Amino acid sequence: MSHAVTAVEVEHLTVRYGDLVAVDDISFTAAAGHVTTVLGPNGAGKTSAIEVCEGYRRATVGSVRVLGFDPASQQRQLSKRMGVMLQEGGVYPGSGVMETVRHYTSLYGNGADADALVEAVGLTSKSKATWRRLSGGERQRLSLALALAARPDVAFLDEPTSGVDINGRDAIRAIIRDLASNGCAVVLATHELDEAERLADHVVIIDHGSVIAAGTLAELRHGHDEIRFRSDSILDLRALALATGIVAAKVGNDEYVIDAPPQPRLMAQLGDWLAEAGHPLHDLRAGGQRLEDVFRRLTGGAP
Amino acid sequence: MRLTFVQLRAELRRVAGNGEQLLLTLGIPVLLLVFFSLVDVLPTGTKDPIDFLAPGILALATMSTAMVSLGIGTGFERSYHVLKRLGTTPLGRPRLIAAKIGAVIAVEVVQFAVLIPVAYLLGWSPGSPNWLLAVVGVVIGTVAFAGLGLTIAGRLPGEINLAVQNGLYLVLLLLGGMVIPFAKLPGVTRAVAHALPSGALADVLRDTLSNAGTQPGRSWIVLGAWAVATPVLASRLFRWD
Repeated sequence: MSHAVTAVEVEHLTVRYGDLVAVDDISFTAAAGHVTTVLGPNGAGKTSAIEVCEGYRRATVGSVRVLGFDPASQQRQLSKRMGVMLQEGGVYPGSGVMETVRHYTSLYGNGADADALVEAVGLTSKSKATWRRLSGGERQRLSLALALAARPDVAFLDEPTSGVDINGRDAIRAIIRDLASNGCAVVLATHELDEAERLADHVVIIDHGSVIAAGTLAELRHGHDEIRFRSDSILDLRALALATGIVAAKVGNDEYVIDAPPQPRLMAQLGDWLAEAGHPLHDLRAGGQRLEDVFRRLTGGAP
Repeated sequence: MRLTFVQLRAELRRVAGNGEQLLLTLGIPVLLLVFFSLVDVLPTGTKDPIDFLAPGILALATMSTAMVSLGIGTGFERSYHVLKRLGTTPLGRPRLIAAKIGAVIAVEVVQFAVLIPVAYLLGWSPGSPNWLLAVVGVVIGTVAFAGLGLTIAGRLPGEINLAVQNGLYLVLLLLGGMVIPFAKLPGVTRAVAHALPSGALADVLRDTLSNAGTQPGRSWIVLGAWAVATPVLASRLFRWD
């Protein structure tokens, strides 16, 4: 990350709507060739922050540079190299897929080839269908195609897989990965932890308008190793502690967590104790915390 | 300039592909012109109703396109976040507005190219019309109506905007001296009608085309005032999403 070219620089950004502080003094960067995920619950301030980066909304306080441009005063120059995927809509319901993509590619001097773009997002068979006839996943794919119309150097994608089925998600993720691998700085706003976990090179966690953590997934998980497993039986955790010294906690109906690094000796002790007591063992996972757990630890709540 | 034409083409394609807008901008004016010319039920006060109706229907056509069609289309674009998305492209807001104005003018040219020959076929004999001054009146009226349509579209949700624009269209049609002469309206209503942009444009066109305006000097002032006030209002109240 440190060697990558910084494409987006947000410094002490605050956005207020009257008395409401939507974004409260946040700073983060996004690098070219990386996927930077801005993660946070709905209403955390993600969209407001990204809209300032797009030049759509003015910052109340703070400064933002995108590809070296000030989005507020140099939006026209920036827009030629920027792709934007809105959280929802953005297309007239009666407009056809190919018609819409052609329109948008025409708005850029060096726009992408419309046919290739429609094919890349897997909508060739729907090229004549209107927006209102598309499924949720197809609409998201069309929105993504419009974000790529500029052949962007920076792309702001707001909840790109929202409402999309599993196959559609995989297709959209592959396109986003491809976009970043071609040098584009992808800034992806989402409240879906799974999305961030699968795509992010760098994660910025926002809650109540403030950045509460930022870093790579490994950095966010660092120092928070754990062993997590499931067992259908009700385990006597006191007996486990007395016999092995392992302190486990029950975190779900049949899920248990041991807050410790996954050392072989400890894993063997746990396995032996479960086997001797006749308890089944399922879904054993050891290592860094899941992003969901990191998020809960940092925010004290669900995403 | 290229981007403005790209957007203009998209705007015109949308208008051409929208049956409701075609009905509003062309179907209704032609229908009213033909029907009330052939069925003499309106108290027009002229020997041949077409002489009263033709300028009024041209004013109606201007209002249909510049206010209702533009207002409804833009309102839905705002609701569907189309304006927001376009705002992030190199098109920018000034070119988007220029393209919308271009589309309105193009539709008006088509409307007039259809309505004027139809009026002549129905026996309209305007005498010595001042077409140049009439065009100036239509341009000022277009600005006034577009400002009004965009003011409403820039504030109200799509469906409510649709209802309000259509309701206002009906009120301005009935009170605007387009199909019913000012003289046939009761006192207070007549004064209101003269102060409306529809009434002012109808009177201006009736004066420039048929020398039959009721108070043309005042109507030019009223129309000009609306053409200044409504764009200012629209620019202050319009929300892009």
